[in-house]
Amino acid sequence: MSNRKGTTSVGRKILMALSGLFLIVFLLQHCTINFLSVVAPDTFNEVSQFMGTNPLIQYALQPVLAFGVFFHLIMGIYLERKNRNARPIKYAMDKPATNSSWMSRNMIITGIMVMLFLAVHFYDFWLPELNTKFLKGDMSGLNAAGEYRYMEEMAHKFSNAGRVILYVLSFIFLSLHLLHGFQSAFQSVGFNHNKYTPTIKRLGNLYAIVVPAVFIFIALFHYFNQHA
Amino acid sequence: MNLKLKIWRQKDAEDKGKMVAYNVTDISEHMSFLEMLDVLNEQLVNSGEEPVAFDHDCREGICGMCSLYINGEAHGPDRGVTTCQLHMRMFNDGDTIFIEPFRAKAFPVIKDLVVDRSAFDRIQQSGGYISVNTSGNTQDANAIPIPKADADEAMDAATCIGCGACVATCKNSSAMLFVGAKVSQYALLPQGKVEAKDRVMNMVNQMDKEGFGNCTNTGACEVECPKGISLTNIARMNREYFSASVTED
Ligand code: SF4
Ligand code: FES
Repeated sequence: MSNRKGTTSVGRKILMALSGLFLIVFLLQHCTINFLSVVAPDTFNEVSQFMGTNPLIQYALQPVLAFGVFFHLIMGIYLERKNRNARPIKYAMDKPATNSSWMSRNMIITGIMVMLFLAVHFYDFWLPELNTKFLKGDMSGLNAAGEYRYMEEMAHKFSNAGRVILYVLSFIFLSLHLLHGFQSAFQSVGFNHNKYTPTIKRLGNLYAIVVPAVFIFIALFHYFNQHA
Repeated sequence: MNLKLKIWRQKDAEDKGKMVAYNVTDISEHMSFLEMLDVLNEQLVNSGEEPVAFDHDCREGICGMCSLYINGEAHGPDRGVTTCQLHMRMFNDGDTIFIEPFRAKAFPVIKDLVVDRSAFDRIQQSGGYISVNTSGNTQDANAIPIPKADADEAMDAATCIGCGACVATCKNSSAMLFVGAKVSQYALLPQGKVEAKDRVMNMVNQMDKEGFGNCTNTGACEVECPKGISLTNIARMNREYFSASVTED
């Protein structure tokens, strides 16, 4: 029986939820560190250097993260295709809004928007980092003047209005994705309890609004900081 | 009241099918939806046309035979009812009403509004039972104490009538509310524990084999279910499946 556990509908659902929960934890961590760039730029530089050079994070956690993102994306597309095939003839008249939320029905759209954003995001930050550290072999984290480069690099990215707008829109999609995804992940792993589920739903809504809002705030903060 | 109906007509399983418009007049608001269709069929028969085929049996909300996707909702606009329990007072004079069969690859149309829901039977046969000796000296059910709360929850799950509205309404055509209910009604009781692991594995496998989609927790099924089967049953099935898959050899 061992060969079929992860390949049934329930197995896939659990894997989708676990990868989602993993990404939720990662995002909180990412958000917290980025927020340091607003309140404590020096600490932000130090933490960035640590995150960027610590072998455990670079060689163990980073590949896991990349796999998690990739898995969540591929599985999401695969499930969407399967689900579309499960109803070859559509209804002539359908009123899905009477029984479910827009967010819950459009995870594929919000998800793909977030993934498109991630492609831009990788191009903006991840690829230059990989280039500096692994191709040029510069692990110092310093700029030409001998100071940490992270803060100024980030601020530089957010000096462009177009990019800031793109970031803001993307985080709105992320928020919509999380408004359903957070509590849905708990349901998928089988955690539904009369006592705790209402709290999880509230917590999910809070997370889905606050975390993207903080990311948006950070982008706007750096933009206006340079254009004030 | 007078109504315009747009009904899916399909000669047989092979026919392509199409929506056909009809008019019915003098419909009483006290009629059930199926009685309204009876009136239409009488009209059709009297004028020498083929009546509209639709499923029904008990006409009191207990058998799960009546189906229909009415104006974009499984069992129509009312909540907690089957189509036989849907009253015409939910509609207004002059309304246009769309009437379609439940749509899913696993529920193929046989004729007009009649669909084949035997996929549910095969899921049940794959594990929706307990094995007991019927030798004549069966143990008294009350000999095994069961907490009231568990008995109540199992009973709630067991009220699923297998109508398929959950599948019809789900954007993914997922059968997880039905299977969740059937897994739960046994999982909660001591008699069901013996075969619990095989049950959940086999029923989930059969559900997939039948071509139902994957649940994405939209919650539409719970809203449209005439028996108020709760999403907690799906979570229980996921839990049962998870623990069965990690403990099974
Ligand atoms: S769970 Fe509800 S909607 Fe689904 S088959 Fe059972 S009674 Fe019908
Ligand atoms: S005919 Fe039996 S439930 Fe409607």
